[in-house]
Parts: sequence; structure tokens; C-alpha cells
Amino acid sequence: MKNRWIALYVENQVGVLAKVSGLFSGKSYNLQSLTVGTTEHEDISRMTICVTSDDVTFEQIKKQLNRMVEVIKVIDLTNVPIHMKEILFAKVKNCSTADKVEAFQIAQAFDVDVVDYGEDSVLLECKLTERKNNELIDLLRARFKNIEVVRGGAVAIESISTSCAGRTEYKKK
Amino acid sequence: MDITGRKLFVKALIEEGVNTVFAYPGGMVTDILDELYKTDAIDLVLPRHEQGLIHEAEGYAKSTGNVGVCIVTSGPGATNIITGLADAHYDSIPLVCFTGQVPLGLIGNDAFQEVDIVGMTRSITKYGVTVRDRKDLGRILKMAFHIAKTGRPGPVLIDIPKDIQTSSGPAEYPKSVSIRGYKPNETVHIGQLKKGYKLLKGAKRPLFLLGGGINISHANESMLALAERTQIPVVTTIMGKGAVPTNHPLYIGNSGMHGKYAANIAVSQCDVLFSIGTRFNDRITGDLNEFAPKAKIIHVDVDTASISRNVVVDVPIVADANLAIEKLLEWAEPQKTEKWLAQIREWDKENPLEMRRDRGMTPQMIMEQINEGFEEGIILTDVGQHQMWAAQYIELNEKKQFITSGGLGTMGFGFPAAIGAKIANPEKPVICISGDGGMQMNIQEMATSIVQNAPVIVCLLNNYYLGMVRQMQQLWYGKRYEATCLRRRKECPGDCKGPGENCPPYVPDFVKLAESYGAKGIRVFREEEIAPALAQAKQNNVTTIIEFMIATEDIVLPMVKGGNPMSEMILSK
Repeated sequence: MKNRWIALYVENQVGVLAKVSGLFSGKSYNLQSLTVGTTEHEDISRMTICVTSDDVTFEQIKKQLNRMVEVIKVIDLTNVPIHMKEILFAKVKNCSTADKVEAFQIAQAFDVDVVDYGEDSVLLECKLTERKNNELIDLLRARFKNIEVVRGGAVAIESISTSCAGRTEYKKK
Repeated sequence: MDITGRKLFVKALIEEGVNTVFAYPGGMVTDILDELYKTDAIDLVLPRHEQGLIHEAEGYAKSTGNVGVCIVTSGPGATNIITGLADAHYDSIPLVCFTGQVPLGLIGNDAFQEVDIVGMTRSITKYGVTVRDRKDLGRILKMAFHIAKTGRPGPVLIDIPKDIQTSSGPAEYPKSVSIRGYKPNETVHIGQLKKGYKLLKGAKRPLFLLGGGINISHANESMLALAERTQIPVVTTIMGKGAVPTNHPLYIGNSGMHGKYAANIAVSQCDVLFSIGTRFNDRITGDLNEFAPKAKIIHVDVDTASISRNVVVDVPIVADANLAIEKLLEWAEPQKTEKWLAQIREWDKENPLEMRRDRGMTPQMIMEQINEGFEEGIILTDVGQHQMWAAQYIELNEKKQFITSGGLGTMGFGFPAAIGAKIANPEKPVICISGDGGMQMNIQEMATSIVQNAPVIVCLLNNYYLGMVRQMQQLWYGKRYEATCLRRRKECPGDCKGPGENCPPYVPDFVKLAESYGAKGIRVFREEEIAPALAQAKQNNVTTIIEFMIATEDIVLPMVKGGNPMSEMILSK
């Protein structure tokens, strides 16, 4: 079992997202994250899907996606260099002055932006990898009593010339 | 010049060569029906329930290979076809089902008879869509027929809001359609096929396992040629039954849960299993770890997703069955299989498929008389014990076709499907083998068979029980026949352990019930009455129910308990 990534080109039509997500629930596939948005062609959407599965199930997932009429193309991103980012907002609330100082230090350490500020709260905007975001949330949870988090799910695209990938899971073959 | 959606709808049906539709009215399809009233090119079959309707369309489609067309209204009309959609999806039956829908502006308002039928059926249709713009109607209709019948066939659902039917738009019905996300495989990967053939050629104990794909792609003739040329024995799934004639010396029998002993042993002992058009369903494989444990497996299927899902195979080949077989015929050579065939025959002799003949009229005798009495025809079954007995004992050849609900196991399928098959094949005898439980699930279709002048010979095996489940209770639940006795009444004792002299009478009286519809009914108690009853039914030229009063507690054998290895068969009581 490991995390795997798929880029999925689909028809930008009513019900397609429901059909794709319904496949995962209906067949008990373990969906980690799914993001979707239109592409440069307005009649085509692109999804970035992360699933946790074994090899056999993953093959089956790709086949099942492929045979959907609304699915135009399935790209397996698991073993290719990609750029991947996830947007995350983390609001640290009920802060003391010391808390705020610490929040700024964490922001600096994680290279994320402080985008809003109030009497007793701070808003961090993070564009990190999914894993890095997980780590950040863990840290915030440990350090502060009251945090509020919203995250967008990862988006990924094949890299052009770099193998940096921004993905810690990726290992060159 | 622009035309209304309803006009384009009928034009599309005619251009697709549709000459029969199965339709039930309702507020959201009245416009379409009104347009159908004006054409003589299309016959309309009015069933008595939408579930009957869709099974009729399935029988029609399965017996001809043509697309079955259903028209039902929104809401309950649409939800009533859901079981049939799932059935057709499993058994790869090409259907195009049109559901009426409330006008676009009302969708989402919980309008009268509004349901999200496309959403409800997403996982049991090959494709489904609501037409949201009149100008898309032509293309969507073309897509529907194209998708339903190509690749692995299946049901397509097109939801048409009322105002799409009435508003004007382009008059053109496209001649062809290109769908960027749908490209069914139309070729064979020669390299893979060669790899598969090489394995087969080197085998000492090769075996063909054939599924419903053979029948769907009409590969029966080429498959027979391939088996004969290579001298490799054949087992089938229930859906694959009839892939080669059942009396052929190379045909062993069905494999699977109620398969023949020799067939299941052959699967577990073969060294190369060449399977075509089967999904390796759990009813075929049993315990996956013990399935064909000694074999290299080659799998030909038109549906990529059916390959290496249940059983991981050594050589996957994505192709239409007939294409692959015809290609194989170019290379195939005779193989030395005498020893292996002799071994299989030996297993068959050890445990042949047979019921005792000293206990009155058995299902086997009924099936044998059906075999004797009909040289050609279409034989359909419902679901349950009678289905397994039919699958075991019915003989098939190129003149006889076998249709059954395999994947979904839909009780209530058999009788309406038989009516649909008869409507499509008025010249052929159509025999529906059913049970007393399943027959009652769509008994209202008796009226349809009468008014459509579609006489079906119903061989109803009545054992007073929902026998397949009762069989499980008999074997594994201490004869606690909960919810399976159809004679049981309020006053029966709670701890009943089976039939006795004080059991209440059975209802309904199927003979009288048949007569009330203007059909005929014959009740048969003894072996010697079977043949005359069948002969009578054949002559009647009106739907006839032959009610065979069989033993109440007979069980289907052999049997493999669900999840057990196929080699562990229960052979006798």
C-alpha cells in the first residue's frame, strides 16, 4: 500500500465529478485527495487524484477510470517527476503575544506567508506539498490550543526539465 | 428547418433501425408517445410494470443482439427500471433507456415525479446523461446507440426533460459520432495473442474456459472450429453455456458453484487455462487462492477492466472474442490431448451429473423432456434452483439459445425476458423455465404476453419454497426455513422444520391464474405427464403455464459453498 497519483482529463460536464468520486466509494477504493478545475480548454477539466492502494487495485482503478465515457485521458503520475503543491490556510486563534511571536517564527521556518493579522489571531497561507502541510498542521496543533485549518487538496503537473518534483515521495529510478 | 425534440427522437429511432420499443406512459413522456402514435415504423409494447418492461427489452436484445429500447416516465417509472439496468449492466445487454424528466426549470425543486435518475444509476449504466440543451439531442441519441452496442455492450440511460421534447432545434440526426473518451478496442494485439498461443501449444493439460463473451460476439462457430482443431476440452460459465454444442465430445460442462464435477476438477488440474469472455466471477472461482492453482492463465476480454481484476492472469489480451479466435485459427494446430481427455472422462464417470430416478418426478426429467421436445428455440430461466438445474441439464446447439440472469441473479427476470424474446422471434418456440417464487415477481406480465400475442411456454417448477435459499438453510442453518416457505401463514408454528401434512394450501393456483388471463394452465405431477404437457403447450399457441409439482426439499448438486475451493464439492445429500 502506498500513495499514488493520477492526473485525469475529463469532460467538463454536469455529473462527471460525482461519477468519478462515486467510483471510489462504490468500489471501496481509498481516495486521499481529489481536486478539479477547468483546463486551458474550457470543455475539459483536469483532476489530480491521490489514492492509497496496492499495485493490483491501482491498475484496476486506472482501468475503471479509463472505461468511463466522460474520461478523456488517465495519466499515472506515480513514478514521474512532478511539481506538486497544496494550498493551506491555517488560522491561529486566541493568541497571546508570545503565541503570535511563535506563529511568525514558524511561518519563517516553514517559508509560508502571514497574510492576515488581528488582535489575537494570525493567518498563515501555505503553498507546500501535501506532506509538508501535514507536518505544519501537526506542529501548529502541538503548539497552539485553537487553530482553524482549511486545505485545498493537491494539484500536480509533470515537470519540464527538473526532477525536483516538490514531492518527497518521489525517488529517481 | 428546425423540428421539435419529439420529432427528432422518433426520427432517430427509425434511423437506428428500431422497430419495437417497450414503453410505459406517464406525464413526462406523453409528447414522445404522441409522436410514436403517428408512425407505423415502430411497434410499441405496453407492459404492465416497468420492471417487466426492461426485462422484456433485455430478452429482446439478448435474443437478437440488437439494442433494446425502453421508454418510461420520470420518477417512479424511472426508478422501476433500476433493477433491469443493473441486470443488463452485469450481463452486457445493449439497451437504450429513455426516461422522461420534469422540465429543466423544475429540476432540483422536488417537482412532482422528479428523481435524479442519472445520479441513481451512475454505477449501473455504461453511460447516462440528462439532455440539457435541445441542440445536443441528436448527438446524444446517436451516442446512446453507439455506446450501448459497441465494445462490451451495456445499458445507456438518456434522461429527457419535457421541454427538450417540445422545443424546436436542429433537425439533423448525425450519421456517426466520435467520442474522445470512448474508443472501444477493435483490434487484437497480435504479440500478446501469440504469447498466449505459445503457452497453449506447450501445455500438457490445456483447457478452454468460455464465458458469455463468446455468445455476445457470436464466436460460437469459430470457437467450435478452434476446439476441434486443437482438440482442447471446453468448460463454460453459465453465461457461456452454448458456446459450443453441449453434446460435443470436447465439451465437459459448466464450471463453478453448481458446475459439473469433471469441469471443476479439470479447472483445478489444468496446466494452461485459456479463458475467453468471462469475468472470473466468485461463482466461478470460489476461493481465489485455490483457483486453477497449477495453471498459467490467458485471458481474452473486450473489457480491459475485466482482466486481472479477480484473478491475476499471465497473459492479458484485450480483444473481441471472435476476432481473437479467428486470429488463433490461423495458427492453431492439433495437440496431443488424448490422455488428458481420457482423464477428464474418467472424472466424469466417477461423478456424473445425475439425479436419482426412484423418487418421482425430478427436475432432471423435466429438463430432459424439454431437450427432447424442442429441436430449436430460445430457453430462458428465472433465478434460483430451477435455473441451476436448467444450466446443468439443458442441451444446447446452434439452433437453441440459452438466456439467463447471470451476474445480478434477478428473480422476476425470466418470464418478461421470455416475452421480449418471443416478440423478437415470433417464429421460434420460447420456453421460460421458472420457479414459483420468481414467476410471481412479474406475474402481471401474463397480460402482456396475451395482448402482444407472444405465446411463451412457462415450465414452472413448484416446490412451494424459495428453494435456493431454503437449500442453504437445509444445509447450513439447521432447517430453520425462515422466510422461504411460500405456504407459510400466520397460524403456522414458529419453529417449523419443514413440510408436513398440516401445511396450508399453496396460493396462487397457477392454472386458474393462467386461465384468468386467457392463457392456459396444465398441472403435472408424474414423469409420464411431462412430454404430453409440453406437446400440448407447444400446440396451444397461447401462453401456457405448465406447473410441475416437484419434490419440496430437493437440492441442487453438486455444490461448492461460497468462498470454498472449487475442488471441494458437495456431491450428495
